[in-house]
Amino acid sequence: MTTPVTSSTTPARPGVVVASRPAPGQGSRQPWFVLLPALAAAVVAIAPVWYLVDRAVERGWGEVVDELWRARTRDLLLRSVGLAGAVTALSVVVGCVAAWLVVRSDLPGRRILGVVFALPLAIPSYLAAFAWVSWRPGLAGFDGATLVLTSVSYPFVYLPAVAALRHLDPAQEEVARSLGRRRLDVALRLTFRQVRPAVSAGALLVALYVLSDFGAVAAMRYEVFTWVIYGAYRAGFNPSRAAILATMLVLVALVLVVLEARARGRATQSRLGSGAARHGAPVRLGRAAVPAWGFAAVVIGVTIVFPIARVIQWVLTFESTDVDWGDVASALGSTVWLAVLAAVATILLALPVGVLAARFRSRTSIAIERTTYVAHALPGIVVAISLVFIGVRALRPVYQETPLLVLGYVVLFLPLAVGTVRSSIEQSSVRVEEMARSLGSRPLAVLWRVTVPLALPGIAAGAALVMLSTMKELPVTLILRPTGTTTLATELWRHTSVSDYANAGPYALALVVFAAIPTAVLSIASTGRTKESARD
Amino acid sequence: MTDRDRTPAPEVPSVSAVPALEVRGVTKSFGSTLVLDGVDLVVPVGSITAVLGPSGGGKTTLLRIVAGFERPDGGTVSIGGTPVADRERSTPPELRRVGVVPQEGALFPHLSVAGNVGFGLDRAERRSGRIAEVLELVGLPGIERKRPHELSGGMQHRVALARALAPRPAIVMLDEPFSSLDAGLRAQVRGEVLEALRASGATAVIVTHDQLEALSIADQVAVLLDGRIAQSAEPTEVYHHPASLDVGTFVGDAVVLHGEFVTARDDGTVTVRCALGDLGASMVVHPGVVGGAAVDVLVRPEQLVVHDADRHDDALGHERRAGIPVGAAGTVVGRQYYGHDAVVMVRLNSGPIVTARLQTSRLPRTGSAVHVRATERVVAFRRPDR
Repeated sequence: MTTPVTSSTTPARPGVVVASRPAPGQGSRQPWFVLLPALAAAVVAIAPVWYLVDRAVERGWGEVVDELWRARTRDLLLRSVGLAGAVTALSVVVGCVAAWLVVRSDLPGRRILGVVFALPLAIPSYLAAFAWVSWRPGLAGFDGATLVLTSVSYPFVYLPAVAALRHLDPAQEEVARSLGRRRLDVALRLTFRQVRPAVSAGALLVALYVLSDFGAVAAMRYEVFTWVIYGAYRAGFNPSRAAILATMLVLVALVLVVLEARARGRATQSRLGSGAARHGAPVRLGRAAVPAWGFAAVVIGVTIVFPIARVIQWVLTFESTDVDWGDVASALGSTVWLAVLAAVATILLALPVGVLAARFRSRTSIAIERTTYVAHALPGIVVAISLVFIGVRALRPVYQETPLLVLGYVVLFLPLAVGTVRSSIEQSSVRVEEMARSLGSRPLAVLWRVTVPLALPGIAAGAALVMLSTMKELPVTLILRPTGTTTLATELWRHTSVSDYANAGPYALALVVFAAIPTAVLSIASTGRTKESARD
Repeated sequence: MTDRDRTPAPEVPSVSAVPALEVRGVTKSFGSTLVLDGVDLVVPVGSITAVLGPSGGGKTTLLRIVAGFERPDGGTVSIGGTPVADRERSTPPELRRVGVVPQEGALFPHLSVAGNVGFGLDRAERRSGRIAEVLELVGLPGIERKRPHELSGGMQHRVALARALAPRPAIVMLDEPFSSLDAGLRAQVRGEVLEALRASGATAVIVTHDQLEALSIADQVAVLLDGRIAQSAEPTEVYHHPASLDVGTFVGDAVVLHGEFVTARDDGTVTVRCALGDLGASMVVHPGVVGGAAVDVLVRPEQLVVHDADRHDDALGHERRAGIPVGAAGTVVGRQYYGHDAVVMVRLNSGPIVTARLQTSRLPRTGSAVHVRATERVVAFRRPDR
């Protein structure tokens, strides 16, 4: 008896090795029409890193070592790590408390709170940052950057913490209580210990996000890697310094990605088989409900209400100035157009990789899939800089043209799309494809007639996510956009960086309405795919 | 297969020169687990063959090898006389003309019923009315526009069958087709599917772990035990003349008693002696089997009759007088009444417990003294030497 790995309907039968076997029989040979495009996707994903390193060591290793030993490089590293540390610590506290209140307490309105707490993920970090500095310019620097980055990235901890808490077996806590432990004692000794793998995976994502973020630190004028790399690039006299710093940033990010993957592995393991059929009785807050609501109000106020209120205020004060609505419309138009191009291109490249990873497991397919995930560790600014190098050297005709910009989006969002495509293909049974084969369809026909149509809802959701992420993206757009092309993000950036908030208003509003709100809706619709949706 | 006559399959499968399916010495392992250990199976054209085996016994693996979803480690598979798989070569599934009806139906959820049934047809065939024709065949006319999720489990199975039959495959393979249906529905769907298969004149292989199902629907039952086909024969043959003790106990309820070989009779049967006395039995007598050789005696519960102890002597007077031990005395230790028949468990005075299936409303009471005897010829097997 054989049971296909992915089929959930047929129970595994005794005496059969099920889990470690690749897709059965005929299927294990990778057809060229999947393998070749997947290889192309892998090349696209890895090329920027290759060029970046090549550029960094261009003037020899001595230059690299000199750069690394400079005091300002060391300060830069310390500032980046310090900011990441502060934001991560705060995010863990906010995320865990919020998750506990939503899952385990009897706080009134916790269902709605459960959704609202995840929403800040959809708000572009630079938008939140400009909202704050426009109100209190003194916030610029470490404090402002910490505030803004915490408020947009704590959901990375909150979401996995909620999932982990929901999977806990309440019987364990009850047993601990009956053994004489007090509630707080139980929460710290038992509950937190068990959700720790999930929380640490989330915390590492927060750290990765902080290292990659460009918009917020730029708006707050806080000198961390991304902002300094941008400066070095703009100054232009020493491109290899930008490349060396970018390479260094990638290395730090890579460490975080590896740690995150490990933590996530442990998190899923700790949940296996524990699927609690029953939810524990919620902890009664009693009088503590008042400070609990206070906490929730502050979080929601700071992360969502304030930035959006500021945007509305900009728009309202803006009647006095004369704005060119034609400019806004043209920026919106090119934003949507670029986003559509990016989504189509990214999905087309992600499709073969997803099919390969879901259906033809082998060393080659695993290597290809992992390669496309490398971009996961590539901050937008790094992708932008390396594509500039590629553009100047190898792709002159498309340098400062739309194709190169779209390529940048593809590199940046390929991991997002591959993940969605892969999981939506894995959800359909291999059996159905076998049926198609036995009815006379050749493998390519099966792909088009069965596999892809079945995965279409998931693929469409992935495409939408790429599209929305593209609309909010800042550094790649800023650096690679064709001369004269404006998008909502670049116009918002242009106006706000010279404190012209009134004129930034319409762009900010359009960004919230056309990108942030749809992102939030999509995230709620497909929980768990929200991980990277707020990248900018 | 287009020129095949569409009359219902004859009772005895036509002796076609080339079998629809021929499996020779097929082996398959997954990791260190040997699942198939040299399977031989011949399926005549137009017949319905049941592959009967315990769960986890490799039935589905065999089906998947025939369909081309798995490659055999060794052995050959031929369909309609054409080799399709051996150690080196494997014809891809789409070129084999093997229709498959998997356990869960596996309809294409994104297609209508017509889209599903027409999947294996080319454009001209789809327009030719073939879809309506096979839906009619499975007793579901006019549901072309429905979606799979709108159908009941039984209907989904019949659509899956229609989909498999539509391209006129050389052979249709059904994997535990009725096991996911509840008991009430199962008999009905089984009847409908069988009728459709017979009407289409298709050659079919039905994989099942259900003995009654295999015996009742198939022209030929192939018993798959320990990775081999232990016996392949008509249902009555498999039930009454099992090739081994394992086959005998697997295909139906059985009482197994230790006994000894007494003598061979002129009519080719033998006499064996066991706790139920001397019995006539079928047995393959190898040279070297001598009087007193140890045998296992397999008795079907319906082959036993149970009398009250005091009424029995009159009935069997002459045999008793001739000194032939017939039947055995015992005590009723349990009974189960099913309506159409009943099962009575009797502890023989010599020790073993036997089960008898009786068709009477007058069941002996638990605790009462009875006499048990076999009424028909039983089966005996040489017990392997220890």
